[in-house]
Amino acid sequence: MTSTILDQIRIMASDLFGVPAERISAASTPETIETWDSIQHLNLVLALEEKFGVQLSPEEIEQMKSIGEVAELVEGKLQGTPN
Amino acid sequence: MGKQDHTGRLRSEVDALVAQNQFQAAVLRLRDLWQYESGTAAAAFVVSRFEQLRNKIPLANVRLAILRSFTVEPLVPLLRAEAFCAGINVSVQLGDFNAYGQEILDSQSMLYRFAPDLVILAVQTTDLAPDLWRDYAQLSDEAVSEAVSRVAGTMQQWINEFRARSQAALILHNLEQPSGPALGVLDGQREPSQSGAIHRINQDLRRAVSATRGVYLLDYDALVARHGRVSWRDERKWLMARLPIAADKLIHMAREWLRFLMPLAGKSAKALVVDLDNTLWGGVIGEDGFSGIRLNAEYPGAAYQALQRAILDLTRKGILIAIASKNNPDDAMEVLEKHPEMLLRPKHFAAIRISWNDKVQGLREIASELNIGIDSLAFLDDNSYEREQVRAILPEVTVLALPEDPLGYASAVRDHPVFERLNLSEEDRQRAGFYAEQRERSRAEQSFASKEDFYRYLEQEAEIVPAEASTLTRISQLTQKTNQFNVSTRRYTEQQIADFTRRPGWQVLSIRVRDRFGDHGLVGIAITQDQDEVCEIDTFLLSCRVIGRTVETALLAHIAHSARCRGCKRLAGWFLPTKKNLPARDFFRQHGFEQSKQNGNGTLWSLDLTRQEIAAPEWVRVKTLAGESQ
Repeated sequence: MTSTILDQIRIMASDLFGVPAERISAASTPETIETWDSIQHLNLVLALEEKFGVQLSPEEIEQMKSIGEVAELVEGKLQGTPN
Repeated sequence: MGKQDHTGRLRSEVDALVAQNQFQAAVLRLRDLWQYESGTAAAAFVVSRFEQLRNKIPLANVRLAILRSFTVEPLVPLLRAEAFCAGINVSVQLGDFNAYGQEILDSQSMLYRFAPDLVILAVQTTDLAPDLWRDYAQLSDEAVSEAVSRVAGTMQQWINEFRARSQAALILHNLEQPSGPALGVLDGQREPSQSGAIHRINQDLRRAVSATRGVYLLDYDALVARHGRVSWRDERKWLMARLPIAADKLIHMAREWLRFLMPLAGKSAKALVVDLDNTLWGGVIGEDGFSGIRLNAEYPGAAYQALQRAILDLTRKGILIAIASKNNPDDAMEVLEKHPEMLLRPKHFAAIRISWNDKVQGLREIASELNIGIDSLAFLDDNSYEREQVRAILPEVTVLALPEDPLGYASAVRDHPVFERLNLSEEDRQRAGFYAEQRERSRAEQSFASKEDFYRYLEQEAEIVPAEASTLTRISQLTQKTNQFNVSTRRYTEQQIADFTRRPGWQVLSIRVRDRFGDHGLVGIAITQDQDEVCEIDTFLLSCRVIGRTVETALLAHIAHSARCRGCKRLAGWFLPTKKNLPARDFFRQHGFEQSKQNGNGTLWSLDLTRQEIAAPEWVRVKTLAGESQ
């Protein structure tokens, strides 16, 4: 399950940031991906909400600091466990 | 997960096709991807790949400025992806937050310097009427009606100020109702009421819009209602990022904008070609028989009647309908003529192709019979094999995607943006009838020994008059839609046409043609400009309905005659070749013009008015403001 969600988010990030999916890993952050700015961060949130049918709170959105954290957050939501 | 593999594969295929210079195939894959996954992430991918293809494939260009009171940034890639897939490259300029007031008033603003074709003014109730939206319960009756006049007055003023400074089309969002009224059910019991107040503003806005050319209303309130008020708004995103629309609803906003963009970019289907078996009725006539097909007001026949109603409604917007069906003609015609539950009858169809030939051939024949481009056709067929074949061989045809369930067929037709129209002329409403008359004309033509005899028999009458308020819609429409007999293919909006009529030295003429079989309506335009004793033809076009009946000569003769009367020494006109205007290529030469200039875009033709005449054809009676001739 983990790898699947992470993979989906990597493709999503690849689309939004214009970077090949192979160059995006759980460790990728706005510091390692130049195009990950505030507009793209909002787009990432919207893409996650659209695709996984989840709702992210302002606090959660602030805390998404790496692709790995994004994947964990979404997984937690999909399993219905509080984050 | 299968879905993920599929979208990943589509992306790789697109990139491989682009790398191999297979641009058309790449476009098809991009459309597949977008249809499969129309969301924020895919939009970024689709837009970036279309950017790479932009100079390699034919695209219409539209410059769009968005004036707004909220975050629309995430909507832009969604709109651009939708538009690219529909053959339109949209360049977008966003105004600053809440700067729309100044932008509209200042002729030097970023808005006007951008020279947009189209401006969207997207303002929310909460910004424009915070009192009605948020504080309604605290307002006195006087304050409510004051707020209504204030807001309606402001919007009217924007329309006027904008129109004074720009010829671009303007699309105004109307005001949404709150999802629950401030006073609860009490709101329904009072006058004035909160919902009534917002409704009044919207009514005033509708009136203001219909009174001004090129200004259109986007019924934002209805859009929100259609998708559910409660789930449309996302209060958290609004407070956090000034984005009031929920993530999964953004695509619906972008698609609503596209509905306006398509007709403005000239991307409208002129004809819908439909299949018969399992499309217009349930079942196969050759197998189920006349009484076995499913078509009535009950389930499951109702799905097909609903589709027929949707198609019939298209004909009222001036869209032609035609049949391409693999069938035994006698069986199929019997249903069309006699089945009591059919809503569509043979008289509604502009062309009928029922045979065992493939659909691609049928579509080509229909386009040629109706004298319209293949790219003006939309195609409706329940059979996915037929659809894929048409998509692959005739990529310029709009192939409608159909859901599995026939109950969804009617909305697949009603909701498709290729059938959107922003204006309706008298010609549009009568178009279906024109084609029935045309069939009679063709039959008559074949019975005459010479063309001249046929022309005499036709008793054509051409009325050539300057553009007037009531014909601006049709004139602009003709410049947007006429591809074949069009010497310069210059596209103009209604506002631009209106502007020409006011410029000194410019003439905008329209020609209306009637004959013994009926009235063709307003079918041609000529726009000319006098300068230094030269009358230059800016636009000369004729609808395909009347090409080859010599009325083009009658119009040109009239132009030459009146230019000479105004003191012009020369009549000149550019022929600018396109992929489609071959029928107009020899027009100037055939009327005695000589080549006087040539550049990369085309050829300038010129006629010496002091030495040459253009003879009007004797069999066309011409009526002008000055009276009748011949």
